[in-house]
Amino acid sequence: MNLEKMILPRVRTMAPSGIRKYFDMMNEMKDSISLGIGEPDFVTPWNISESGIYSLEEGHTHYSSNAGLMELRHEISNYLKRKYGLDYNPENQIIATVGGSEGIDIALRSLVGPGDEVIIPEPSFVAYKGCTICTGATPVALNLRIEDEFKLTAELLEKAITPKTKVLILPFPNNPTGAIMTKKELYPIVEVLKDKDIIVISDEIYSELTYKDRHTSIASFPEMKDKTIVINGFSKTFAMTGWRLGYVCGHPALIEAMKKIHQYAIMCPPTTAQYAAIEALKNGDDAVHEMFMEYNRRRRVMVNGFRNIGLDCFEPMGAFYVFPCIKSTGLTSDEFCEKLLKTQKVLVIPGNAFGDSGEGYVRACYASSMENITEALKRIEKFLV
Amino acid sequence: MEEILEILEKSSKYTEDEIAVMTGKTSEEVKAAIKKYEEDKVIVGYTTLINWEKTTKESVVALIEVKVTPQRGEGFDNVAKRIYKFPEVKACYLMSGGFDLTVIVEGKTMKDVALFVAEKLAAQESVLSTSTHFVLKKYKDEGTIFEERVYDDREAVII
Repeated sequence: MNLEKMILPRVRTMAPSGIRKYFDMMNEMKDSISLGIGEPDFVTPWNISESGIYSLEEGHTHYSSNAGLMELRHEISNYLKRKYGLDYNPENQIIATVGGSEGIDIALRSLVGPGDEVIIPEPSFVAYKGCTICTGATPVALNLRIEDEFKLTAELLEKAITPKTKVLILPFPNNPTGAIMTKKELYPIVEVLKDKDIIVISDEIYSELTYKDRHTSIASFPEMKDKTIVINGFSKTFAMTGWRLGYVCGHPALIEAMKKIHQYAIMCPPTTAQYAAIEALKNGDDAVHEMFMEYNRRRRVMVNGFRNIGLDCFEPMGAFYVFPCIKSTGLTSDEFCEKLLKTQKVLVIPGNAFGDSGEGYVRACYASSMENITEALKRIEKFLV
Repeated sequence: MEEILEILEKSSKYTEDEIAVMTGKTSEEVKAAIKKYEEDKVIVGYTTLINWEKTTKESVVALIEVKVTPQRGEGFDNVAKRIYKFPEVKACYLMSGGFDLTVIVEGKTMKDVALFVAEKLAAQESVLSTSTHFVLKKYKDEGTIFEERVYDDREAVII
């Protein structure tokens, strides 16, 4: 049997990640510094981990309900109300998922299929495209521009919409650019969308990491509430990536549809993680604030560092990435990253890994110690001399 | 401006220029703020946290619970002063609860500390009793875990 032929064509032709080779190269090196991994370097705050451990000691080792523990959903509901003024009923408008990633997957799978188009503003997180392709729908890249500081504009959005458009992914605060959308900047987007039959999948996983304006969810606009699926989670805010816990919120009809896929594919997210997450939502604010303050310092150091070295770098106001322009070096993003890694043992990620419009940029993550960041900047400076 | 203190409390090695970048202020502002903190004794000193157990230096630390008679008109302050002025005393706190002062004493050997307690501390007129507890191992001090792993074990994932 030709096994290759057995694989679904759209999966077979999916491009494997272009980033993997850099990590493989780096693993062979001593004294390398990675600014490549997009996850907090902080360990989960101990009160949160301890609650997970305690739940195991108490024998909470069973499945939870499909949508997640009711207490957790209540806490999520309170949290979203308190933080962003969002109202979701824990009974039928929230599902706890295996990370935000599962949320993206089940949202797309419940909404689109062959013939539908999904608008994906790029550069952005690579899973949107991959998950869209898996459904058979067509990903439509919307190329964000540096002159807009990689924000979505009404003009770009209007151009991308066709009669086939069914979903818009709204990935802000953004990985890899660090761009955010303020309330004021969301208004014109809402104007474009309010009368259209397009569902917004708003990935707000970095919502607690905004450094100037507080995060605004597009779901907080009354005309968008019913047609937005909000995706969020614990990974970035609470430094809980390995616990694999996120959540989706939306209109009961959409949540019901997503729950069908979720219950057959996943059943429920890990119960231990859910108990830890309840503690995170109840008593995590101080630890989150401390991590936030540290990220903000590193952010300033990194932006300042890149600018001093002579690379253009707009000030990112969200997430934990800076996205300097490397066009002045005459190298492509891939060449820049490969040479930097080989000569100075510093890993940054080529911007084109996040979409064609990321070419000419690299992503550097400041979820790394201040010592690593300052040393990496020194090496990058040496590299450019 | 308290952020400057928070940064320095974590590591006093940062320069004024570095702190300026971290906080989004000018170097002059940071310099002036630190000077003011020093003058006002908000910043009372700069030290280094050392895990002496990893060195060859012999040292013993003891926590001593001290009960004292407060003095008329002066409360505990004068007694505390007589105690904390000894260089062997590394820290001295007034406590609520079952005893009055916590005194952290450091010496080269247990005998040193014991002699200090017997001859200097217990001999104080207003000291009623002492109870000495020797520190066997320091796991965490000043918010820093001594044996904490610092390597980055995050694995590559496509994000």
